[in-house]
Amino acid sequence: MALASLNPGYSGPTRDKVENFNGAQLVYVHWEGHLNFCAGITLPLPPETPFGALASEILPSLYSADPKWRSDELETARWSLDGEDWAPDAGKTLGEQGVGHKSLIRFWTGAAA
Amino acid sequence: MATKKLSLKQKYSHLTRGLDWEPSYQKADDIFPYAKYEGIKIHDWDAWEDPFKLTMDSYWKFQAEKERKLYAVIESMAQNNGQLGITDARYLNAVKLFIQGITPLEYQAHRHFAHLARHLPGAGLRVAAQMQSIDELRHCQTQIHTISHYNKFFDGMHDFSHMHDRLWYLSVPKSFFDDATSAGPFEFLTSISFAFEYVLTNLVFVPFMSGAAYNGDMATVTFGFSAQSDESRHMTLGLEAVRFLLEQDESNVPIVQHWIDKWFWRGYRLLSLVSMMMDYMLPKKVMSWSEAWEIYYEEAGGALFADLARYGIREPKYSDVAKAEKDHISHQVWSIFYNYSHAAAVHTWDIDDEHMAWMREKYPASFEAIYQPRYLEWREQAKNGQRFYNNGLPQLCQVCQIPMAFTEPDDPSKICFRVSEYEGDKYHTCSDGCKDIFDYEPVKYVQAWLPVHQIFQGNCGGATMPEVLDWCHIKQGADNLDYAGSPEEEMWNRWMEGRRSPPPAFAVAAE
Repeated sequence: MALASLNPGYSGPTRDKVENFNGAQLVYVHWEGHLNFCAGITLPLPPETPFGALASEILPSLYSADPKWRSDELETARWSLDGEDWAPDAGKTLGEQGVGHKSLIRFWTGAAA
Repeated sequence: MATKKLSLKQKYSHLTRGLDWEPSYQKADDIFPYAKYEGIKIHDWDAWEDPFKLTMDSYWKFQAEKERKLYAVIESMAQNNGQLGITDARYLNAVKLFIQGITPLEYQAHRHFAHLARHLPGAGLRVAAQMQSIDELRHCQTQIHTISHYNKFFDGMHDFSHMHDRLWYLSVPKSFFDDATSAGPFEFLTSISFAFEYVLTNLVFVPFMSGAAYNGDMATVTFGFSAQSDESRHMTLGLEAVRFLLEQDESNVPIVQHWIDKWFWRGYRLLSLVSMMMDYMLPKKVMSWSEAWEIYYEEAGGALFADLARYGIREPKYSDVAKAEKDHISHQVWSIFYNYSHAAAVHTWDIDDEHMAWMREKYPASFEAIYQPRYLEWREQAKNGQRFYNNGLPQLCQVCQIPMAFTEPDDPSKICFRVSEYEGDKYHTCSDGCKDIFDYEPVKYVQAWLPVHQIFQGNCGGATMPEVLDWCHIKQGADNLDYAGSPEEEMWNRWMEGRRSPPPAFAVAAE
């Protein structure tokens, strides 16, 4: 429904358009089943970022703050992208594999994978 | 010859009816441009009945009296080192949250009620809005004066209004109020006066004021008493305003119902910060959040909505979700603050065994199974010198702006992710309640100033955490981080130690 407004047809700025992020796009990541990390994490990543860099550098740098984290478990992790099952290719970039602005990547490790 | 005095009732009638007039030089619609665009139909403004019928002269007299009492207590608190009378320095974090999060809202309320006092077409409602506007300004001032005593000794309170505009967790109350003040006059009355001040007010008032009383903070208690009679007037305004809208025209009912649904959920999400304060920050507990929710919402709210049923109003949508979440939200919000204590102007800490025992008793369905193991792991990490902090910035809900930490109503192990698409972009929300609000008015919420996104756009002082914290005026190493090892803890322990040691009078005299 349209906004009830004093001036019909009112609209305001969309504050988080991708062009406002200086070449990056926002990507949210969440390690399922590990709520010591209270919520998903927001990352500003250029679409050219290889998935391999996310998995081998960025995620360990964030999640190794928890002693239960094992970087090698990512090799057998189960992934989802924006609610759909996802089989990411480490050699391809995020953009090439459908990761868009404000996409949500969730992953399950260990027994949950 | 003695002049005859008017009775209070006559004075009120002159103030709200006799002094008003029908405009003839200008069109009423031009004078009151906000009155119609929300679709609310009012046929008879004179049908507005203010149960308090307060006149200006009695208002000033009454308020001045309360003010005198409050300032006498503030003065005596300063002279008698009242800061030493609180149960524990950790209690002050509740006060910090109050001055950072709530006091600036009092000021916003003052401004917006002044706006209503100009823009509502009915003189009776205008007068009620004007008095409330003055009340809110008074509350803002007296809170600042009361709490300023603590600011002399404790951290995190020095720049509360600057922080309110910039810090991630304070964008929650700020955006809540911005949402209300950028709505029309009738939505504002329904949101703030009815949903917040009438339906949910006890859930703010009881935790903070009883919390203060239980924890030796007499200054805040006195402020509470001083505000209480105003609050009862505000509550009545909220209820009467909603009744008035419902009685004026049947077509108002669905509009008001929509606002009740929306603002119940907005208010409830905002109160999750209070739930955390209540269960975690009060060294001496009043009651649990879950108990407070049962008494003040499920019972009292249930009776209210049963009464409003004759107008065709039902209980707010998602009341059942709030009920399902009551064993979880305080723990989930505490987890957020524990994760991000390095970026907050309140402290968090290890939950000790005694506190855990209380939690197990109050939350038998959730605490021992879900939250206690988490806290024990964090305790272990802290013991090894690796106090857990989350190094990433959280994903925020587009509507309530709280980090998306809330779980599915029927599965506390899974974060509740909701997403909408609008004009080619994705918008994430924490719940069906927030998603509904976004989907109804996306034009409004695409404009949300989400702190995490603003940091990544480069609008918050720099690209590193210390730069952003400087920009928020957080004194790093004092305002933020764990209570353990904080300057505040050191000071408190020194004070308490000083009380236990015998006075060194003789030794000094012998020299």
